[in-house]
Amino acid sequence: MANFYSKEFSNTTELKPNRETIDFLLNYSRALSVINYKDIQFENILN
Amino acid sequence: MEQLPKDSTLIRRYLQGEEQALELLINRHSQRIYSFIFSKVCDRDITEDIFQETFIKVIRTLRKGKYNEEGKFVPWVMRIAQNLVIDHFRKNGRMPKFEGTDDFNIFSVLGDSSLNAERQIIKDQVEQDVRALIEELPDDQRQVLIMRMYKDMSFKEIAETTGVSINTALGRMRYAIINMRKIIEKNKIILTN
Repeated sequence: MANFYSKEFSNTTELKPNRETIDFLLNYSRALSVINYKDIQFENILN
Repeated sequence: MEQLPKDSTLIRRYLQGEEQALELLINRHSQRIYSFIFSKVCDRDITEDIFQETFIKVIRTLRKGKYNEEGKFVPWVMRIAQNLVIDHFRKNGRMPKFEGTDDFNIFSVLGDSSLNAERQIIKDQVEQDVRALIEELPDDQRQVLIMRMYKDMSFKEIAETTGVSINTALGRMRYAIINMRKIIEKNKIILTN
């Protein structure tokens, strides 16, 4: 009986950002503070 | 069946202080946006950087209350990503660089420090221009400059040879350089290799 030479294509890697990148963004969001003063907006990164 | 909250709902909740809404929003669209960036730059690290930068812009715009494209969140993020991809290519076009494909970069061990033909011609031209400039200087200044720069003499030796004080020799050197700069600026001479 003929062999099947095809196999599941396992070389595909999921195109997704690293967990670290997502965590960085979430931490950035938590640290970002926007202060409105009159017509001016101030951005602060609070550590 | 529980319905997933809309993007606009998540944005509203995020702006009300619910950080988890942002996480949901990012996770919901991360694969699509990441793939889009990767399809353009074909490099994991660069994709990661641009993805991060994209969402930093998204977060800042949302927090500053400048987002007004309700219902069109993904196209808006895609547009930001696309602009950053363009910026990346522009930047790299201006500053082309060699990159190894693996951890090992052949250019780190193979270096060619000798000048190529074009650079050699430019170097010769620059040296010729400098010599012509020196010829334009008054005798006393030219003498000090040649002794210092070409004969590598100390100012003490120059002072002794020319029969002037060290301060005078220093002053002549200073004026020689000032005068050369003036000639360069006046004639718009480019002395770079």
